[in-house]
Amino acid sequence: MALSFLEGNEAIAWGAKESGCRFFAGYPITPATTIFNTMLNLLPPSGGICLQGEDEIASIGYCLGASMAGLKSMTATSGPGISLYSEQISFAIGSEIPIVIVDVQRLGPSTGSATRGADGDINFMRWGNSGGLPVIVLAPVDVKDCFLLTMHAFNLAEEFRCPVFIASNKEIAMTRESIDLGNIKRPDIKERHALLEGKPFLPFHVADGRMVPDFLPIGSDVPVRQTSSTHGPDGYITTNSTEIAENQNRLKNKLVSAVNSFSFYEETINEDTDTLLITYGITTRAARAACEDLKRTGTPVSHLVLKTLWPVPEDLIREKAKFFKHIVVAEMNLGQYVREIERVLPEKQVKFYGQMDGSLIYPDKIKEVMADV
Amino acid sequence: MSSLLNKSRPPVFCPGCSHERVTHALNKAFLNMNLKGNQIVMVSDIGCSGLFDTFFNTHAFHGLHGRALTYATGLKLSRPELNVIVTMGDGGLGIGGAHLLAACRRNLDLTLLVLNNFNFGMTGGQCSATTPTDAQVGSGFLNQLERPLDVCEVASAAGIAYAARCSSYKKDLAQEIEKAIRFNGFSLIDIWGICPGRFTRRNKLTTKDIEDSLSALPSINGLVSGNVRKEYGRHYKELAKSRKTVATPVKIEASLIPPNTDRQEVIILGSAGQRIVTAGEILCLAGLSAGLNATQKNDYPITVLRGHSISEIVLSSEEIGFTGILNPDVIVVLSQEGVDRRNNFFDTLDEKTLILQVPEVKIPSCKARIIHIDFKAQGIKSQDRALASLSILAKLSKIISLEMLQSALKVRFKDQALSMSLDLVDRVESSSL
Repeated sequence: MALSFLEGNEAIAWGAKESGCRFFAGYPITPATTIFNTMLNLLPPSGGICLQGEDEIASIGYCLGASMAGLKSMTATSGPGISLYSEQISFAIGSEIPIVIVDVQRLGPSTGSATRGADGDINFMRWGNSGGLPVIVLAPVDVKDCFLLTMHAFNLAEEFRCPVFIASNKEIAMTRESIDLGNIKRPDIKERHALLEGKPFLPFHVADGRMVPDFLPIGSDVPVRQTSSTHGPDGYITTNSTEIAENQNRLKNKLVSAVNSFSFYEETINEDTDTLLITYGITTRAARAACEDLKRTGTPVSHLVLKTLWPVPEDLIREKAKFFKHIVVAEMNLGQYVREIERVLPEKQVKFYGQMDGSLIYPDKIKEVMADV
Repeated sequence: MSSLLNKSRPPVFCPGCSHERVTHALNKAFLNMNLKGNQIVMVSDIGCSGLFDTFFNTHAFHGLHGRALTYATGLKLSRPELNVIVTMGDGGLGIGGAHLLAACRRNLDLTLLVLNNFNFGMTGGQCSATTPTDAQVGSGFLNQLERPLDVCEVASAAGIAYAARCSSYKKDLAQEIEKAIRFNGFSLIDIWGICPGRFTRRNKLTTKDIEDSLSALPSINGLVSGNVRKEYGRHYKELAKSRKTVATPVKIEASLIPPNTDRQEVIILGSAGQRIVTAGEILCLAGLSAGLNATQKNDYPITVLRGHSISEIVLSSEEIGFTGILNPDVIVVLSQEGVDRRNNFFDTLDEKTLILQVPEVKIPSCKARIIHIDFKAQGIKSQDRALASLSILAKLSKIISLEMLQSALKVRFKDQALSMSLDLVDRVESSSL
């Protein structure tokens, strides 16, 4: 065994590099800055591009241009930057531009506390776009997840041509941790589905049996159109409501109908327990410690860790929660993802603990909540 | 060479709009340059200038208002062989002002055509960044309060290497555009025109007025002296080439035996400048050398060399769950600022916890075991005390062994820094403990 010692942000950068990321643009913002720093070390020497934008809007705009030119692209920021990204995120959703967006969450609202952790953007990532169409959000628990989920994020962005978020947290991003990089099973690297040769090209035409348009980069032999306007298969504005409706539904369904193929999770199911604790992100680590203690003291519970947050892995949650009487959700905000759990499990009693004070939820707090169930 | 105009999508501007003249001049410039559609990308944003991409059989990227230059930058850096033509109105120019300044400062080979008709046409003739103060606009009196912007002056001040201003009605507009496209760097033409749908319904503006106004301005027509320099994309490649390839993260083989494999928690309470974070890292690396997992959480203010500096370390042969400190095995107390930051947990401590305390610092009363160390008396400087504390732990076989510490130092330091740190570790007096 050989261990390396990385912080979550560095692991994200290395995961991006291994995924074939060739373009990064970002802007200094605590606690995401070290992703930018690491990408700046990794990309230029190997022929890639790393840019420091004049602001967040520009940074993601550069990435969208680069992505449409065919390069795998990533940007990273924190909550204040996601706010500024918002319009560009809507563009990437509606116009199917692959991009990985890292949100290293810090305590909000607004400027908040730059060096304090939070999971306050969980709903913002999903709903902070005009039109309300879905995105993919993956939530790492530790430095290994930062590496691995970033690789999955690139694959998903390529496969589904959409923004994929990494919902990191200062407490993972800037905490250094041992990681056995040689012992991580990497996913196969995926690329955008290219147009089959000999077929005429329409930039947003979806081939039979597929949910996502074939891709040709801007700069191909065939002229390629990209547009932020409501468009038909040819990439020109359409006012045909049937065509519009079909496209909007496809943009939703291409992700929602496929979420079972990328519902990342971990579980610790203890027999004869009637309570299931559901967590994601950094809170998972306190939850694990709490669950171990509870097991030791003869009052075991079960634990489900969600690593795919959006689209909500509804089938997974229903399946895992089936035999439990009580559900407990803990998160570092005042109640965001718990609403989804309540929605998916309307017949269950869902107890919630939320904390938003810039410090980690402690295992004792979780035990206290569990004791109360 | 046939026209690059899209025959199935002819221009749809209001009758008399000068944008149509620019469309044809741009097409003519493409033809003069023998460019094919796949060698060009038209990048546009919102408003009437945002219709341009649809009129040409070229690559096209139509995005958000004011942001066209951002996409153009990503496209050009990814595909340097493309001719990237950006169209923006005076509206988008005002919205994306920061992007214009950045493009001027960068000098990436893009061509920006500002279709300047002095108002937000599409939305009802509101004032823009270039509206004259005496114009009648859809924004009431608001334009009377703001000075119009001279795009070329601003761009020149921001470092643009090629700028020109001219009328949409200029006879050789196609040549003007061609010159700008051929320039190897960021080029801009501020093309003044008439918006018959909005602006000239309330304001008198003729082609002659435009000519007269332009000729009254100081001449900016082509290369901007003092600003001509290397093109950004090529320059980027030159500098990138000289960057060293970064080695993959260091891997530390587990070769030593740790004194303890259980979860061990250490918290170092110090000040900025005491190399607290480095000591925390070394402690973790020492753990790695014995196959232990490690986490390190740091807490320090945004200032450098001022305020508290705290490092929280967890070592364990098991996977580490919670990364916070629950029940510390060791607290290293090196400065009052660090203690003051965490003075609320001392009363919960019991004999399990060992505190290494320097005499200069006071801690709240507690039940932990305390070892007093007078680093000052040993001649160990403030910035060396965190590492010296690790040496004491190692010599006590607490948390780490001496071999583990030495091994970590060999990973972390080189040359003189290594020999100095090894010497320090050796020198620290622990016999009296």
